Formats: sequence, structure tokens, C-alpha cells
Amino acid sequence: MKTWKGRSLISINDVSREDIIYVLESAKKIESLPKKEKEQLLKNAVVANLFFEPSTRTRLSFESAAVQLGAKVIGFADPGSSSAVKGESLTDTIKMVENYAGILVIRHPKEGAARLAATITKKVVINAGDGANQHPTQTFLDLYTIKKSHKKISNLHVAVVGDLKYGRTVHSLAIALSHFNCRLYFVSPIMLGMPSSICEELEKKNIIFSYHNDIEEVIDKVDILYMTRIQKERFGDPLEYLRIKDSYALKEEMLKKAKPTMKILHPLPRVGEMERSIDQTKHAAYFEQAANGIPVRQAILALVAGVQL
Amino acid sequence: MKKQKMLAVAAIEHGTVIDHIPSDKVMKLVEMLLLDNTNRITIGLNLESKKKARKGIIKISGRKLTEAEMNKVAILAPDATVNTIEEYEVVKKKKIMLHDIEPNTLRCNNPSCITNNEQTETKFQIVLKSPLRVRCFFCERTAEEQELRFI
Repeated sequence: MKTWKGRSLISINDVSREDIIYVLESAKKIESLPKKEKEQLLKNAVVANLFFEPSTRTRLSFESAAVQLGAKVIGFADPGSSSAVKGESLTDTIKMVENYAGILVIRHPKEGAARLAATITKKVVINAGDGANQHPTQTFLDLYTIKKSHKKISNLHVAVVGDLKYGRTVHSLAIALSHFNCRLYFVSPIMLGMPSSICEELEKKNIIFSYHNDIEEVIDKVDILYMTRIQKERFGDPLEYLRIKDSYALKEEMLKKAKPTMKILHPLPRVGEMERSIDQTKHAAYFEQAANGIPVRQAILALVAGVQL
Repeated sequence: MKKQKMLAVAAIEHGTVIDHIPSDKVMKLVEMLLLDNTNRITIGLNLESKKKARKGIIKISGRKLTEAEMNKVAILAPDATVNTIEEYEVVKKKKIMLHDIEPNTLRCNNPSCITNNEQTETKFQIVLKSPLRVRCFFCERTAEEQELRFI
């Protein structure tokens, strides 16, 4: 395993099985630390949150994670309040900000932006989402939630539902789960199916997966049901969207067939893909999943800063 | 003189001969190498070949290929040979090998890739050599051979 001290986290494709296990163990350790001890971990660190596009949850989660570890947080929440609005290039912004902070958390609408930033600076870059490409800390928190609920990640049956073509979270999750021999079920309309490049990667690792067009085909088989939002703008014909969206919506009634231990995850925000009454069931794990963003991001911040946990 | 008559494409005194090109790649190679009117260029298409059923050939008078150009040839015609010609003789014969893709050789097909939105060099990694598939180092989007766009 490559050392985490000083290491940038750009893509789940750069992460090994050992890395995943190490980060999840570190998140567990950090979660159990007393508040006062946590506050000392990044006491002298400065974290720059560079959000070139608005993202309330991810930004606040990173900010809260860093502040709770005692770090100072600087940055901007949208490009309108940065020099990007004056036409400053990403390269120039990074060259400036690297003088002010040791860890640069970057959210950018263009794919590859975080990788470019990491090639420009010797400071640590953490990708907090680059367009439709990668959002690796989301994947770590998804895995952490799975690990907490099932006490393991290996050999689980996991269904991912919704927009599997454009959804970066499901691409990264599928790749990450491929390190743990999980059985995968892809539930989506044909036009929003899992990209062939991801399926080929899974085939190389002998991961068993199958395609489905109905949640009810898989609900009794899975340990994890990972729901995603189907976006209206992906459809040329609004009637086609209206017809399809309900086929990929989870109803409380369907959960009668589910395993008692089955957990539902969702990267949020959600629109209409889950009945609200599901929130009250033992299967709902998505708010806990969002909360897990804190210990997971704390672990990553601490590890890249060279903190021994 | 007798030798020249036997050649399907006329010999050149000084320059470069790119041989064993798939015929359907010849025109793309000419375009890609930006071979313009400053050098005399002779091309042959659908020529008989010992190695392949048919081959193409490009003869460029008066200049050698740069390493960057050789890299482009290797991407498009990995089985080609590049011969350096002096005084009508082959003084150097080089079998093209595609090891990696030089920076700033290809342009990413993804309009949302940072390399298409900011002045920066492009970088690609080879995922598969045959058939060729490459991945953008930045946005991680893959492209097949027929999708490649050269800079």
C-alpha cells in the first residue's frame, strides 16, 4: 500500500483494496476518539475548500470534518466569489492557493480538474467531485456505511438502481466493490445502463453481475439496495421520463420481500425515487450514510496530513 | 534506373519512407503529419505486401520524422516501419513500437474534460494495444482507435 501521508485522493481507480480497508479502519478509530483528542489531530493544518460549483452537502461535510479536527478552513463556496469569475484559470488559482493551505479540497464542474490540480501543486489535493467523473470520498462513505451495517463488505449482494450511465457514484462504487467479490445487480432503463468500460473492468476481476429493469426482480436477493436519482434532463421525451421514473421508484410495499438486514443507501439529494414512509423503516440507511461523511472525511484528512491513528 | 522501374512507388533520394501502413490509414496519416506542399510526398495505396494482403506507403522527400510524429504513426499504424533514406539507400529501418503516448499528441473527446476547457497539455494512457484503446489521464474517459483526434 502506498503511504497516505502527502498523498492526493483523486480517483477510486487509484485506490487498492488495502487502501480501502485502511481508510475504513481509520474512520472507525477516529469516530471513537473523544472530542478533545480529535480537536488536536489537525491543530496546525489549513484546509482550503475550493468549490468551483455549489455543493452544500459535500462542502459543509468537509468543512465540519476539518473544523472538528482543529484545522482552519479557508476557501470559497462557489466560483462567483472567487477569481474564476474574472476568468482566472484553475492552474493559476491552484498556484495561488497552494501558498495558503496544506490540503486543497476541490469541487469543479469539469472532469479531470482535480487531477490537473494535483499535477500543478505538491500540496495534497482531495477530489470532492469533478463533473461526472469521480467523487472518491463519497465512495469511501458508502463503503463505510455498508461495513457498519453488515460488519463486512466482502461477498455481499448489492443492487444499484436508477441512472447507472451518468451516475458517478455508482461507477465508483462498482469499481470499489469489485475488490471485495460482491455480486452486483444493475437495475436501470436500457438507455441509462452501466457503461461498458465499467462492466469490462468487472469482468476482468471475475465479478458476477446482471442487468434488470425492475427493482422487484432483485429486492429479495440483495443485502444493499443503492438507489440513485433519474434526472429528467436525460430524456428527450418528457413522456418517456414519466413512464420510466415510476418503474425505478422504491415503494414501501416492495420491502416486504426484502431480507430483514437489507439496507437502502442513496447519495442524496433524492426527488421521487423513494416513498417517504421508507424513512421510518429499519432498511433506511441513507441519513446515517450522509452522517458517515464526517468520520470518513476526517480519516482521509488526517491520513493525508500524516497523522498516526 | 532499372530498380526504380520495378518499384510501385518512385524512389526518393533523401527523406523518409513509412511502409506497411494499412491502406485505409494512409490518408489519415498524411493529414495527421501535416504533410503539406513544402515536401514532395508520394503515396501508394493497396500495394501488394509479403506481410499483409494489401498495404499503403508514404514517401516524404527531404525530411525525417520527429519523435512526436513517430509516436503518432505508432498510434495509427502500429505495424508500420519507418525507413530513413539517404542517396536512394535505406540507412535506417525502424519498426514502430507503441510504448506510450507522448503528451499533447491526442485531444480528449470529452467536451467536459478540463483539457478542453483550460490551456494545458493532454496526456493519455494505453489501456489496450490491439485494438487500441486509450484513457485520458485527466477525465479518465476512454476512446477507441476510430475515435482518436490528433492535435
